[in-house]
Amino acid sequence: MSIEIRGLWKSFGTNTVLKDVSLDVPDGELVALLGPSGCGKTTLLRILAGLETADAGDVRHAGEEISSRSARERNVGLVFQHYALFRHMTVAENVGFALRVRKRPKEEIEARVNELLALVQLDAYRARYPHQLSGGQRQRVALARALATSPRILLLDEPFGALDARVRQELRRWLRRLHDELHVTSVFVTHDQEEAFEVSDRIVLMNQGRIEQVGSPAQVFEEPASPFVMRFLGAVNVFQGHVEGDRAYVQDLEFAAPGGAGRTPAHVFVRPHELEIHRAAVPGSLAATVSRLVPLGAAVRVELTAAGNGALEVELDLRRSEALALAPGDRVHLSPRRVRVFPASADQGDSLTASGL
Amino acid sequence: MSAPARPRRPGEDPPAVRIALTALALVFLAVLVLVPAAAVVVEALKDGAGLFWKALRDPDALAAVRLTLLVAAIAVPLNAAFGLAAAWSVTRFRFPGKSVLVSLIDLPFGVSPVISGMVTVLLFGAQGWFGPWLSDHGVKVVFAVPGIVLATVFVTFPFVARELIPFMEAQGTEEEEAALVLGAGGWQIFRSVTLPNVKWSLLYGVVLCNARAMGEFGAVSVVSGHIRGVTNTIPLQVEILYGEYQFRAAFAVASLLFVLALVTLVAKKSLEWRQHLARREGARRSPA
Repeated sequence: MSIEIRGLWKSFGTNTVLKDVSLDVPDGELVALLGPSGCGKTTLLRILAGLETADAGDVRHAGEEISSRSARERNVGLVFQHYALFRHMTVAENVGFALRVRKRPKEEIEARVNELLALVQLDAYRARYPHQLSGGQRQRVALARALATSPRILLLDEPFGALDARVRQELRRWLRRLHDELHVTSVFVTHDQEEAFEVSDRIVLMNQGRIEQVGSPAQVFEEPASPFVMRFLGAVNVFQGHVEGDRAYVQDLEFAAPGGAGRTPAHVFVRPHELEIHRAAVPGSLAATVSRLVPLGAAVRVELTAAGNGALEVELDLRRSEALALAPGDRVHLSPRRVRVFPASADQGDSLTASGL
Repeated sequence: MSAPARPRRPGEDPPAVRIALTALALVFLAVLVLVPAAAVVVEALKDGAGLFWKALRDPDALAAVRLTLLVAAIAVPLNAAFGLAAAWSVTRFRFPGKSVLVSLIDLPFGVSPVISGMVTVLLFGAQGWFGPWLSDHGVKVVFAVPGIVLATVFVTFPFVARELIPFMEAQGTEEEEAALVLGAGGWQIFRSVTLPNVKWSLLYGVVLCNARAMGEFGAVSVVSGHIRGVTNTIPLQVEILYGEYQFRAAFAVASLLFVLALVTLVAKKSLEWRQHLARREGARRSPA
């Protein structure tokens, strides 16, 4: 079932957490709401579930206005970060809860519970209580419970947030496979960009109650719509410069840039893997000094300082790093392969993300 | 040759301090609790079990026991219901005046029970605010069972709410939200999610509430009028017998309250253990 959100506003007291949010989720798609904590993503999800009401705007499921319907009547599946399993019920009782409150016949409940437990591969645990399960198993029970009534919309609130890294990895892939099987329209909240990239068809980037960008993982990474998106999706080096006409300038370097009127200050963003290191000066390069080398397994992070720009970082693959044989203190030259230019006025200088500032 | 001294753990007090503190606590406990408790039993049985049973089978004593049970049977369920409702509203909703409500719940703990009794007389007594209207309609509150129940309800109403509020606050609302989204109605959520989750805390509050309801003296003393066989509860009966120098009988009836205290203690301990287990499961549930 498709979801259409139009002009949603929500405040808690004086704190406005959603500001005119509009979004379409096509039928059968898995969409990630991605953003820092406090950006409004969980509130948006809770409004979709019917656990909060918006101050203004409306929500439609398959074209039908549902804002006036209570959470109880919406038939959406909801998975919580901390599972919210009923602690005094067994796994099977948890999974069958939605059917029991609907007074379905015993045989039907039994059959559906068996089917769902098979789906989440927990057949053997049906008589256990939640506290006897691991975190990953609990979240699978929560998912089976949410799917019991075959909801046409599945909402997941940081579903893997409370799990350790390895289990999280496994469950992400498992969720993606499950979605490919069931094709239930899903919205899933996360603050972890890696998770969003791995699982979702589309990513909705949120910041301070607004949607910054909507697009496929490749789109939002390659063509960020704002400095916020640029900074949020991984480490980035920022150079202070200016734009004049359709060119951007950083010191002696010159790049193509979206046209601006007159001379305006600009920030030029370069991802660590899009900076090239040279031993000798080449045209269009900046001088820098290597300050530290951090091995990251398949890659090496080189931290440098450049006059006028402070700390910078470059990510090299292992082969390139070996060829260069860098050592702290080496004088080198940097040339960007790709830059993104935004007016300085659009950049709030988000301190949440690691950057080269 | 002496054995090498066991090395002291960091933060551990010297043995002398530990022994002295423990001994002090035990002496205190013995003087203030164990000796008086033993005295009640010894005094009650001093002239033989025959006299003891006779004192308990006295019609006035039996009437006092019946009245005490009746008062507790009314006051405790009322306060259990009130405590649940108060804890539910305080922990599940945001509303103006919430902190005032929480403070008001504690009021009976802060007010002397005698004053609670006097307020009941002031409101419902013959010269009280509602007294004339009540007597016109043939309802007698003060110096009768309704007044005793009212005073007891007032004195004991914080127990259940006080027990539930912090527990429900710690549990949060996620399970109830999950039940709602899964399609459960208000009553279904209460019966199948909320109540099972708070049952041990609720029972714990009920046990404490019951102990106080049966043992309450001050407030009940003011409103009861001490009519033998009619408006005397166990504690009032004990006081009357004692005042009439019937020490054997007084101690025999008092031993009933002592048994109540023992039962309460055991119930309280086992409920505490259950609660502790429930909390631990809760903590394991969300390792946040």
